[in-house]
Amino acid sequence: MMTDDLLRLENVSVRLGGRDILKDVSLAIGPGQFTGLIGPNGAGKTTLLKVILGLQPVTSGSVLLDGAPRPSRDSSIGYVPQKLGLEPDVPLRVRDVVSLGLDGHKFGLRLPSRARREQVSDMLTAVGAQRYADARVGELSGGEQQRVMIAHALISRPRLLLLDEPLANLDISSEQGIVSVLARLARAERVAVLLSAHDMNPLMPVMDRIVYVAAGRVAVGDTDKVVESSVLSRLYGQHVDVIRVHGRILVVAAPEGVDEEEAAAEDAGAVR
Amino acid sequence: MHYVFEPGFFASGPVHVALAVGTVIAITSAVVGVFTVTRGQSFAGHSLADIATTGGSGAFLIGINQFWGYLAFGAGAAAFMEMVGIQRRRGRDVATGVVLGAALGLAALFLYLGTQYSTTTGASFSILFGSIFVLTPSTVPALIASALLALVTVIALARVLLLTALSPDIAAARGVPVRAVGAAYLMALAVSVALSAVIIGAVLSTALLIGPAATALRLAKSPLKAVLIAAGLGVAAIWAGIVLAYDSFYWPPAGRGWPVSFFVVTLVVGGYLVTYFRRDPRRAGHEPGIDAEQACSPA
Repeated sequence: MMTDDLLRLENVSVRLGGRDILKDVSLAIGPGQFTGLIGPNGAGKTTLLKVILGLQPVTSGSVLLDGAPRPSRDSSIGYVPQKLGLEPDVPLRVRDVVSLGLDGHKFGLRLPSRARREQVSDMLTAVGAQRYADARVGELSGGEQQRVMIAHALISRPRLLLLDEPLANLDISSEQGIVSVLARLARAERVAVLLSAHDMNPLMPVMDRIVYVAAGRVAVGDTDKVVESSVLSRLYGQHVDVIRVHGRILVVAAPEGVDEEEAAAEDAGAVR
Repeated sequence: MHYVFEPGFFASGPVHVALAVGTVIAITSAVVGVFTVTRGQSFAGHSLADIATTGGSGAFLIGINQFWGYLAFGAGAAAFMEMVGIQRRRGRDVATGVVLGAALGLAALFLYLGTQYSTTTGASFSILFGSIFVLTPSTVPALIASALLALVTVIALARVLLLTALSPDIAAARGVPVRAVGAAYLMALAVSVALSAVIIGAVLSTALLIGPAATALRLAKSPLKAVLIAAGLGVAAIWAGIVLAYDSFYWPPAGRGWPVSFFVVTLVVGGYLVTYFRRDPRRAGHEPGIDAEQACSPA
């Protein structure tokens, strides 16, 4: 099974300016798997994604794609960054952005082609963005931009799609829209998805596995096994409670003044 | 007809040279300018223009053609900016107040000394505000070659520049040497500023760079259309400016033409204002849906 992994991180550590950003992180992602990269702000999620993309050098450890060290230039990983920050006057229509997903990294001019135009249109239809295909991307709402960037990333047919907080600052219906588009395309195209979020709840229906990040360390596995008080408390280095309400999960720190042993004793009492 | 084209316009040698060189430079400036605005580097363009002023004045002082001064100082400044990363907003304040001020102060000294030792009349004026009718014939091939070099560089980098404008991280992850591309682009910008400085003057050169591009970006949605419109506007402004400047020879005070740069800059600004006050057609097309970014303040 090990050799079937699309992506493997082995004991990856990143140290920046004397601070440990990631500590001894190991994880594996198989083809077509939908993985949630969950953790609070500042836990190291973006750094972890940048390590996988090759944008952040590691202090130690290795990143393997198909069992071999990650090549410096690789089209098998698609990436949707957290924020675009494009001004509305940037002359890129939605269809230009998606087209750049095919060959934006190449030098020189390209001739217009009908096949390419159709490929771009099909991709926009697949993510539900055809309605604003001719709008400038800087004028779109956050949720609309996410759809466009997903189309941009998927059009080069990657086998792994990384998304950095695509649900941040979205309203509930845009959030559900993005999650269902991703889940559908990931299944249909057998693309593995690694999506970072600080709230795991919108992802619960579609997530196969979870990578929980806290304080630069990770816990990996099925949601039920990972999102559990003792596992997360070890990760955070302090006591946290996992509360399940109507199928939703809340991770909360123990209130100030409650020390770890006391909280643990309380948990034991609850079990008894 | 002769109300527009005064007698002798089509027979004048300097006018032919001005039209040919002006066309090439206007196209280059406008195309480079579209990417300057897209990358949010108008400030870098302006800084290069200020520093080119020093270069042009220095060249005048030591008696070489001003173009080489503009080019050397512009390229040097571009390399320096690339090294220290002047794009960062914090660096801009310091750069504006200290470095650019010093550059223009130095230009003032060079021009003062130059005019003391030289008999060339109007040198200060032509450095600051251009001299398209008195181009030195021997520099014309160099002007055109530099313009084409900058143009070809930017066209070759076009897609990569757009991807980088969309997201530098995506570009880097796809193997684009983002830093090197940025440096090559900044060099093309420096060349383009030096060229505009020759025809409309060092202090006004950003008008030809940013004006047509900013207007085109209000009119066109796609990158290709923006580039074509910007080039068309730049050329139109230069041609109309040359015609009007030639005509103005007969305007008061008769016998002395008005500066070309006045007409070019006025036309460029006028074009921008027309598009600015026009109802924005883009708004009529797509209305973004409501989402949390607009509904709430950022978390």
